[in-house]
Amino acid sequence: MFPFSAIVGQDDMKLGLMIAAVDQSVGGVLLFGDRGTGKSTAIRALASLLPKMRAVTVCPYACDLNSDHCEASHCGVDRSKRRDKLMPVPVVDLPLGVTEDRVVGALDIERALVHGEKAFEPGLLARANRGFLYIDEVNLLEDHIVDLLLDVAASGENLVEREGLSVRHPAKFVLVGSGNPEEGELRPQLLDRFGLAVDVSTPSTVAERVEVMKRRDAYEADHAAFQRKWSRQDGKLRRQVVKARELLGSIKVNDSVLEKAAEICIALETDGSRGELTLLRAARAYAALQGADEVSVLHLKDVAHLALGHRLRRNPLDESSAGVRVERVLAEVFAE
Amino acid sequence: MSRALPTHDAALVALLLAAHPHGLGGVSLRGMPSPERDDWLAAFRGLLPHGSPCLKVPVNVSEDRLLGGLDFAATVSAKKPVFATGILEAADGGVIILTMAERIPDAAASIIGEALDRRTLLVERDGVTRECRVHYSVVALDEGIDDDERIAAGLAERIAFRLNVRDLQGFQAELDDWDDEDVLDARQRWSSVQVPDAVLQHFSQAAAAFGITSLRGDLFMLNTARTLAALAGDSAVTEAHAATAARLVLPQRATRVPAEAEPPPPPDTETQEEEKSRSSAKDIPDDILVDAVLAALPPDLLDQLAGSMPRSRQGSTGGRGGPATRSRMRGRPVGVEATRQVGGARLNILATLKAAAPWQSIRRRDERVSALELRPSDLHITRYQDRVETTTIFVVDASGSQAAQRLAEVKGAIELLLNDCYVRRDQVALIAFRKDTAEVLLEPTRALARVKRSLSALPGGGGTPLASGLDAARQLADSVSRQGRTAAIVLMTDGRANVARDTSPGAEKAEHDAMNAAKLLRATGLRSLLVDTSRRPKPRARKLADAMGAGYVALPNADASRISGTVQRRLAS
Repeated sequence: MFPFSAIVGQDDMKLGLMIAAVDQSVGGVLLFGDRGTGKSTAIRALASLLPKMRAVTVCPYACDLNSDHCEASHCGVDRSKRRDKLMPVPVVDLPLGVTEDRVVGALDIERALVHGEKAFEPGLLARANRGFLYIDEVNLLEDHIVDLLLDVAASGENLVEREGLSVRHPAKFVLVGSGNPEEGELRPQLLDRFGLAVDVSTPSTVAERVEVMKRRDAYEADHAAFQRKWSRQDGKLRRQVVKARELLGSIKVNDSVLEKAAEICIALETDGSRGELTLLRAARAYAALQGADEVSVLHLKDVAHLALGHRLRRNPLDESSAGVRVERVLAEVFAE
Repeated sequence: MSRALPTHDAALVALLLAAHPHGLGGVSLRGMPSPERDDWLAAFRGLLPHGSPCLKVPVNVSEDRLLGGLDFAATVSAKKPVFATGILEAADGGVIILTMAERIPDAAASIIGEALDRRTLLVERDGVTRECRVHYSVVALDEGIDDDERIAAGLAERIAFRLNVRDLQGFQAELDDWDDEDVLDARQRWSSVQVPDAVLQHFSQAAAAFGITSLRGDLFMLNTARTLAALAGDSAVTEAHAATAARLVLPQRATRVPAEAEPPPPPDTETQEEEKSRSSAKDIPDDILVDAVLAALPPDLLDQLAGSMPRSRQGSTGGRGGPATRSRMRGRPVGVEATRQVGGARLNILATLKAAAPWQSIRRRDERVSALELRPSDLHITRYQDRVETTTIFVVDASGSQAAQRLAEVKGAIELLLNDCYVRRDQVALIAFRKDTAEVLLEPTRALARVKRSLSALPGGGGTPLASGLDAARQLADSVSRQGRTAAIVLMTDGRANVARDTSPGAEKAEHDAMNAAKLLRATGLRSLLVDTSRRPKPRARKLADAMGAGYVALPNADASRISGTVQRRLAS
């Protein structure tokens, strides 16, 4: 795995992912942009930034020991006898060409063939519970898989009714997607499921490009040595995330900030209140990452393009990118 | 001891890919099948170390053949899941050859590209989870003829080189002294080759100068240069290696020609210090790579880039992810789907049996029968995908007979129509004719902002080469339908022609030519509509519409929104 901290530049992309790591309720990150800018690399590196979580040892859904959702039917172990341990937070890849049965889970073929038993084999949605689900080339995902995800991402629960099986299990995950807009746009319903969207572009200076080449080259020459070299930096980021999570609950949000957030959303004509809510949550996570004890309007300003850029109404004849439009509105709102 | 490398690009590419298969992605080899192409493939295979897999991938390859999947027959007889290895996994350490690569479906191209990127294959299919190493390179045999028939952009991006079958001649002589032993030696040396920082700097500068955004270009140059040095037996990348790498990697990625007198960016101080300790490449003049690439650019591309013509292909590469409707019977099969109601759909027997198989022992035990037990929940139908994408081609008369004010109205109407096209996710193309020729201002695109831009820049005045306009529309519509899209033509003119096909003036010949062109258009059977833009409608335009089999709408003093409404109704019916 290429270390997260070794990614050159791309501050927005890193910030978006860090915010998602701090507060899962922000609702996922979409990285949309040019080819060859390290989108997939960054997301796959995210796993190493996530502090471990406690989970029931035998639970296929990695439930929390005290969670009400965890039922004996999940693992067949009585509640009083369950133990938990520290586990890495899952970052599950939804590969191209994935079949529906592997996404939602299906009949365990081996047990059916060998023992003639009906048993449920959990799929990727189960494995992603309490963690992250990553979809590369999200705009190329087949429609019927998108439909499945939309439903589960909204309800946090996977309901399987197929092949004579009837299973319900928790599937709360943060959706992380990446794609290249040239290859097709995203269905609006899916776009809406992402809390933050980052417009990723190529580093603009030669120095940055050279640095990218050097690091990539060093990484390919010796993965282990490269990871060792950056492990301290990654550790620093990880501690920043842990600290921010602890702070998150105690961060104050003043009325003036709430008003400002509403003002921004009204000026941008974003649909519904999801935009506002995401903006506030993202700003709060950002404030926590900075070690602040309250959200300031400047925090809002810094994350507004991430939280709102993909929620603007489309105007096919307006050439200016979403980022530019957000900036324009921010300049107006903050000028007053 | 530095060994002389071949100078022929095709020979170099074969050596490079053999010596460093998975860091370079591969090559797209464009052109029709020919003895030269076979020779090149044979020579390339000859360079691969003994035992390297070399697998052909047919154009209609299914996802489960690429990725692997459950082996149904073996699973049933072994009574436990047996996984059938896919092509990509089997190709580890070797090469896959994509035949008719320009026709490979996007989904398959993405899978192949993704595995190139990650060098790991992740399979989640049919109840099987599998992760394995895949190091391979791709030889994409691109047999596209037109500019618009190309391999999927996402795959092209992950492949370092491009060759044309035309340019293969004479490569063989240069490979005479090379064999798989040399390739193995180069693989040994590869990681110890030094790459001076100055070279990296030049690579990035050159990539930026040619407007290449993706960093894969930079990395491909680096890997190419290093492999060249390894092949030559050099301990470090030299100026010549760097220039060759740039020449092989950059031209196909260039989006612009660098400005003449661009000031060199200030050198990185740290870089300079490190540079002193090494010697081989510190003296590369700033623009040597740029020159090398410029020399390798095909002349027509150069003209096109220098004239800053819009890169027409960018927005329309293969129509990926475009709207497609799922039909129950028509189109291209795209997969199977479980259903309990088969009515009107095509039952997929294999998938249905496959779904029923694991259950047989349970069902038999329950009911004590021995025949195959099928349940409604086993039923699978084949899903089809039917593309209904429409490309609307606007053909605009921009001649002097269209008074400036009318032209402005026509522009306004088209802008309104664009909004509808946006809603339907249609593509739009724009052709204008004036003076003595017709010009495709915009190839089919979904980037409507660009349509708007070229529309507002459209000048008026001059003669009316109506026939040329109609011919251009027919040709464009033809290429659109060859890509599997439906074309519709909206012609906006007063029907008056005064420039013939051969650009000679004179109304009589011009109108005769126009009528001919209209009849040819009719023969294509395309949906078309003529919007008569003359102030007082005359039979002339009506006659033309009849000749081309088009709907006719006269718009005396109509405003833009009325034009838009009428066109929409006519084309919908």
